[in-house]
Amino acid sequence: MIVRTIVALALAALAASACTTASAAQLPTRIGIRIHYSHFDQTKIDVPMGVPITFTLVNDDPIDHEWLIGDDAFHARHRAGTEAVHGDRPNEVSLPAFSVKTTTLTFDRPGPLTFICHFPQHEAYGMVGVVMVKATG
Amino acid sequence: MRGFLAGLAAVAAVLILTTQPAAACAGLIGPNGAVNLLRTTTFAGYHNGVEHYVTSFQFAGGSGQFGSLIPLPGIPDKVEKGGAWTLQRLIRETNPIPTAAPFALAADSAKRSAQVILEVRIDALDITVLKGGGAEVGQWATEHGFRLPPAAPEVLDFYANRSPIFLAAVFDADAAKARGQRIGDGTPVHVTIPTANPWVPLRILGLGKSADDRVDADVYLLTDKRPALLPYPFANGMRLDHSATATTSLLDDLRSDKGMDWVPQSGWLSKIAIDASASQLTYDLAVDAKGTSPSRVAAGLEAPPSVTNPSGQPSGDQLALIGIALAAFGAIFLIRKSQPVIG
Repeated sequence: MIVRTIVALALAALAASACTTASAAQLPTRIGIRIHYSHFDQTKIDVPMGVPITFTLVNDDPIDHEWLIGDDAFHARHRAGTEAVHGDRPNEVSLPAFSVKTTTLTFDRPGPLTFICHFPQHEAYGMVGVVMVKATG
Repeated sequence: MRGFLAGLAAVAAVLILTTQPAAACAGLIGPNGAVNLLRTTTFAGYHNGVEHYVTSFQFAGGSGQFGSLIPLPGIPDKVEKGGAWTLQRLIRETNPIPTAAPFALAADSAKRSAQVILEVRIDALDITVLKGGGAEVGQWATEHGFRLPPAAPEVLDFYANRSPIFLAAVFDADAAKARGQRIGDGTPVHVTIPTANPWVPLRILGLGKSADDRVDADVYLLTDKRPALLPYPFANGMRLDHSATATTSLLDDLRSDKGMDWVPQSGWLSKIAIDASASQLTYDLAVDAKGTSPSRVAAGLEAPPSVTNPSGQPSGDQLALIGIALAAFGAIFLIRKSQPVIG
């Protein structure tokens, strides 16, 4: 419980920093996303392009979730996919119940990318968010 | 039978879920469509502070395992196979069949983990009574190979904050077939729960459904006297279809079924029809068997004053609330985890 509280506080700090209005160069490179009651606590996140972004993903639910980030074609594949577990790719993270995982991604193009949990009914339930990649130039 | 069961009776609740396609059946049917529980029907009898809860799981074909979690207002004293015709007889009371066959024939048709309180096998059903918070019960389900719908974490907490007791019923379709059960065959389960007032969870019926999906159910309540209900069933997808003194023939018929000798000599029968969209079902049905003031907390209209303390024991407020509540039924339906996960 203490660990989870500390993680929650850390996520809150990360979330606060992520919400700060700033130029792309000032955008956070460490993002915390908490899942509670089958919802992401952040659904709009700005990140800078071209630098590693570390996401800390906390599943606070007693059920499994996943965090998959990509473009529309990527999600179209996963909606019809049959992979039971993800783990080999940094943009595809399986999150068992009450788990915490970290993944690092570097986005090389500006624009929006969507993160979704593709477990049955979860997307329709609202487990959708957007990462907006901002050009740093 | 324990002493407090003697002369027991009264709140009768029957829930009937309509048969619908897999994705729109309150989670009754797994998303793969492999295993179907045709419907869940429930009877809850309440008298002298004890709840008798009878529900029936009907087999609709398929294979593998499937089940449901049912929130309960307290720890049951006994879980056993129910009588053969109680549910059918109640339905017939308010839906008479013009050319009905003799009643006797109806019998023929008829990590953190939660603490396991009771386990029992009834035909092809594995029944487990659990005690724990929403997260604990949810994790127990996950650890036992099932996946809950996405709304489950919130709904489990909603109920666990009122009473940390759940009944998990896992239906083994392969065992059902091996036993020779045919599609449509029901397995009645009788749960005996000491409590102070009836309570019928309705919100849970919408779990796993889309907001516009329909929830159709009939709730029969049999109390010693005319009960007070909250919400009063005239809006939000509820209506009061029947409210009258229970007929002697009904009570006699119920009393003649297996394990139903506690049915009293008199009572009041209410039938509440649920015809709502899933998004309308934000409430439960609280009942005051004495006809005075049902609990707003039990109805889901107010949050409980406190939640389970770290010891896992219910607080004094919860004990009071548990006393207010009666057997619950509903369906947090477990999806077989061995099926491929989309994603």
